[in-house]
Amino acid sequence: MTFYALTLALLGVGLYGLLAKRNMLKKVLGLVILDYAVNLLLVAVGYRAGGGAPILLPGEDPAAFAAGSVDPLPQALVLTSIVIGLGATMLLVAMVLRLHQRYGTLDVDRMDRLKG
Amino acid sequence: MAAYLPLFVALPLAAGFACLLIKGVAPRATPWLSVASMLGLLALAVGAVARGGVEVTFAGDWGLRPFGDGVWVSGVALVLDGLSRLFLLLVAVVGTASAIYALRYLAPEPGRPLFHVLFNLLVAGMNGALLAGDLFTLYVFVEVASIASYGLVAYRTGGTEVEAAFKYLVLGTLASTGILLGITVLYAATGFLNLADLAAAIAAGAVPPVALAFASGLFVLGFATKTAAMPFHAWLPDAHPSAPAPISAMLSGLLIKTLGIYALVRVFYVVVGMDEQVRLILTALGCLSMWGGVLLAQAQDDLKRILAFHSVSQMGYVLIALGLGTWLGVAAALFHAVNHALFKSALFLSSGSLERVTGTRKLSEMGGVFRRAPATSVGLVGACLSISGIPPFNGFWSKLLILIALVSGGQYLVALLAAGAALMTLVTFVKVQRKAVFGALPARLAGAREVPATMYLPVLALVVLCLLSGLLWPAGVDGVIGAAASAVRSPAGERPAAELYIESIHRSPSR
Repeated sequence: MTFYALTLALLGVGLYGLLAKRNMLKKVLGLVILDYAVNLLLVAVGYRAGGGAPILLPGEDPAAFAAGSVDPLPQALVLTSIVIGLGATMLLVAMVLRLHQRYGTLDVDRMDRLKG
Repeated sequence: MAAYLPLFVALPLAAGFACLLIKGVAPRATPWLSVASMLGLLALAVGAVARGGVEVTFAGDWGLRPFGDGVWVSGVALVLDGLSRLFLLLVAVVGTASAIYALRYLAPEPGRPLFHVLFNLLVAGMNGALLAGDLFTLYVFVEVASIASYGLVAYRTGGTEVEAAFKYLVLGTLASTGILLGITVLYAATGFLNLADLAAAIAAGAVPPVALAFASGLFVLGFATKTAAMPFHAWLPDAHPSAPAPISAMLSGLLIKTLGIYALVRVFYVVVGMDEQVRLILTALGCLSMWGGVLLAQAQDDLKRILAFHSVSQMGYVLIALGLGTWLGVAAALFHAVNHALFKSALFLSSGSLERVTGTRKLSEMGGVFRRAPATSVGLVGACLSISGIPPFNGFWSKLLILIALVSGGQYLVALLAAGAALMTLVTFVKVQRKAVFGALPARLAGAREVPATMYLPVLALVVLCLLSGLLWPAGVDGVIGAAASAVRSPAGERPAAELYIESIHRSPSR
């Protein structure tokens, strides 16, 4: 329970960084923290007290394996999710670089030419 | 039998990577590769529409293992039902028009092969999302399409474009994170990701009401942001105009529907269930978008921004019809989504042609181009008539159908609001036509010339489709659109047609 609460707190930290900070790099960091908070939660969901690593050895009985290991599915999902997050973050950092070259600032308010 | 389903994703994916491989050798071939892959998808989609029923396949199936009293299913579930068919066809039609338009629209500049890489990835992502049979696959393909679209918005790499893309990326990733969190909650409660298993578990009450409400809220937040429903619309009026015209057409015509509307229908009508709160929220978002979009559009002078705000507004109509929860509501919503895809992509492509003809996107600097560019003007006027709801164009019939669905569902106030917003739309587009196409030709534009045929023909083809969809709509509503609505709601109202979807997955031979 404490673990879930801490994960949700981390989620809040990420959200705060993303929405409240004016510096673009801090926004990027906020997004990364947010991303990892959700990944952490996903792994935690699959944890089973005392469970082993989810590797099915040849000849092992599937039912016994399932009873004695943690849930492998969330781990597979998190791997995919990390790759997606990496792609989005790289693109974001490239854009921040480009914007910094053009405007000479990282402050979103000082370069805001769009009116949304 | 359904083994061809992965082709919908594999074909554009292969074309995209082929563009990357040949970009140094034959950069001029890449636009044609896009056209070829879109034509291939069009053939596949028409073939899929000709077959009925629900087709299921498990892609990359690496064998089944007995487990407990069931089996382990391995592989990625791809499911094709009436709803997916309709949207796959739409993606293929608008994608083909945009790919042909892009042939001459983009000069042979160094970045052009990369444009086509992303264009194909965007289509692969959308098709994958439309076929996904489990929530996580849906999420992955939503991300593939979204990341491709972030790159395409920044294609021009100017300050405004990159800034718009930055904003779009931040809000889009926030939405995706919300969706992933929702998926996590549902997985924690049920242990399922497959849509059919999940739907059965939720219907049996396996998810505590608090967790279900939390997950529903996150899905509404995430998919409404992808739909650009107000108040989650802030990225769209910057992002859609910043992209090159063919991409604006793809984003406004397709992306907000495949990642937004389709996903909302799939998740809420099939899996989570449409309860009173969700219906109320969708109706409220719809009303706000409908009026907010149309009012903000009045203040704009940039043609592409006007069109972008109208996308927000038109998605509002779709959302209020979805909020009804009836078969007629779904059918009207899908009919309007199809029509919007046709006329809004025609409008965005026309805006690109007009920019080419007049050298500006500002309405106040245009005028009188009818004599100079007749084909472009006819395309623009036809699309304007469609969006403003002039009979016999399709926009009129789908708005009428939405009004009928609202009145028969007892939502008189919402119907009144929708009729009012339709009137405001008419006012905007009368202004657009008068300023852009008719009136006196400014001296500056005396030398203006018509755009090449590969740029005006796709627009004219889309306008002809608008007209056909307007004239043949009773057949369409009985046919492919009706089949799409029946895939998620039975006409009688009570027994959810989604059961067929669930049964089909459970009975799939590879299971």
